Amino acid sequence: MKSTKVLVPSGVLGLGFDLKALNTGIKNKPDIIAIDGGSTDSGPFSLGSGTSKYSRDAVRSEWKSLMKARNKAKIPLIIGSCGTCGTDSMVDWMEEITIELAKELNQNLKIAKLYCEQKRDYIKINYKNSRITSLNPAPNLNVSLIDEMTHIVALAGAEQIQECLKTGADIILAGRTTDTAIISALPLMNGSDPGASWHGAKIAECGALCSSNPTSGVVLVEFDQIGFTVEAMSENAFCTPDTVAAHMLYENADPYILLEPGGYMDVTNAFYSSINNRKVRVQGANWHTSKKYNVKLEGARVYGYQTSLLVILRENFYVKNAMKWTEKLSSFLKKEIKLRMKLNASDYSLDFRHIGINSTLGDLEKSERIPIEVGVLCIVTSKRNKISTEIAKLINPFLLHFPLTTNEELPTFAFPYSPVHSDRGCVYEFSLNHLLELNNPMDAFQIKVSEV
Amino acid sequence: MSILGEKVKKIRSKNAGPFWITVDIFCGSQEVYKDVCLNLNNSKIANLLMINIKDLKRFEIDKLNVIKFSFPRNITQGHIFDRDMHGAQLAILISEMDF
Repeated sequence: MKSTKVLVPSGVLGLGFDLKALNTGIKNKPDIIAIDGGSTDSGPFSLGSGTSKYSRDAVRSEWKSLMKARNKAKIPLIIGSCGTCGTDSMVDWMEEITIELAKELNQNLKIAKLYCEQKRDYIKINYKNSRITSLNPAPNLNVSLIDEMTHIVALAGAEQIQECLKTGADIILAGRTTDTAIISALPLMNGSDPGASWHGAKIAECGALCSSNPTSGVVLVEFDQIGFTVEAMSENAFCTPDTVAAHMLYENADPYILLEPGGYMDVTNAFYSSINNRKVRVQGANWHTSKKYNVKLEGARVYGYQTSLLVILRENFYVKNAMKWTEKLSSFLKKEIKLRMKLNASDYSLDFRHIGINSTLGDLEKSERIPIEVGVLCIVTSKRNKISTEIAKLINPFLLHFPLTTNEELPTFAFPYSPVHSDRGCVYEFSLNHLLELNNPMDAFQIKVSEV
Repeated sequence: MSILGEKVKKIRSKNAGPFWITVDIFCGSQEVYKDVCLNLNNSKIANLLMINIKDLKRFEIDKLNVIKFSFPRNITQGHIFDRDMHGAQLAILISEMDF
């Protein structure tokens, strides 16, 4: 059996990679180019709104380099979790970019699209039929919560990607997938060791993060029937047993186990050894197939609408008493909001963060160093955009002039810009951490093939 | 008494999905690793991070001289009261703890 080589240009499309390293990768004759297009890593906004975190221009320019590389090598190119969140709209967005580039580059292509978004009714039926189980910790699921979600996606695994590969497509645009499935699918299909296929995929899913030079991006993983070999493609990046093994810890709550659709990988018995100063050989991971075929669900719902204000205190007396100041200001504002807007405290949230004191760690902060200045970030959230804006405008003059004592000249603090309030629009909340049981891996997924 | 961050090679923390945070303490040598394994107990970490000790998972990875802690977040990533979406600054707190 011949080995399978997967070229991973970087951890995510939009982050950049070393073009020279990409060319070196192509010279090594890979069987496929696989890149991730997203994750939940940046918070619920992308999934909630069904939009990409990365700029279209950044995605387009990197995708152009990859389409050119693919054309040269005549191998499939796959992207998973299109447009950060992997909704159907983001698969179509990625197709639009691909078609534009195909025309520009004069390429004729077969494109397979994998749709992973779930209809609320489908999720409700599965919920009622007890086909949805919660992971730990998970929001309390009920029908009305499902109804509130703007987008729900299921994470595709190797099986769904393999169906796409079987269409013979040149380019595969996949909705939400696990980070690893886009890398493991082909080696698994070609008969590589399952434990090694998933382990190698996990190691390479962030590109050169498993090497000495993370920003260089490109890595090549070669899979066979016993294990895998990983090598960074930039001449300035080196993979060592330590850099490779350390990546198994990264962003993983459990350093040994990785849950995937249809089973889990266990690296307890894996061992890492140097082949030369830039290449590492890994063997010993095990794959366990589960009785049930479960896919993970992600969902987001609208939490409310937000407006923020920022004021800066520089005067020493106010810097020292910043917490006391906002405490007093906050209770004053709540009374004013009640009086003038007829709103109860439960109708909105007013949150003050003290930049320079504890805005990052909150109650966990231990240090008590006195800063030069304090930025007071005031965050207003309510169920309606207009209400949040109105509250912010009501707050504005008090944030500027509120005195801590009664017998002092009216203070004026620093507003760094105009307008002072920033409408942040809709904010979302992750509302699923659950598994969906499927009889057939393709039950919750759809493939569409087109040619350009 | 010195701080943990001065003793070990590196401490990092990061969200592991929207619902968990994980902390990796790279000890740098077997000697330091053994010392930290022995003297850094779970209740110290749980108190510092204000989490329930029952929720704290601890992994001692001999091969890498790494101690890893994982725990569910008190506030889900990106919730309106979340202050650090990626949880990466928590490492500073652990780094600055007396050891």
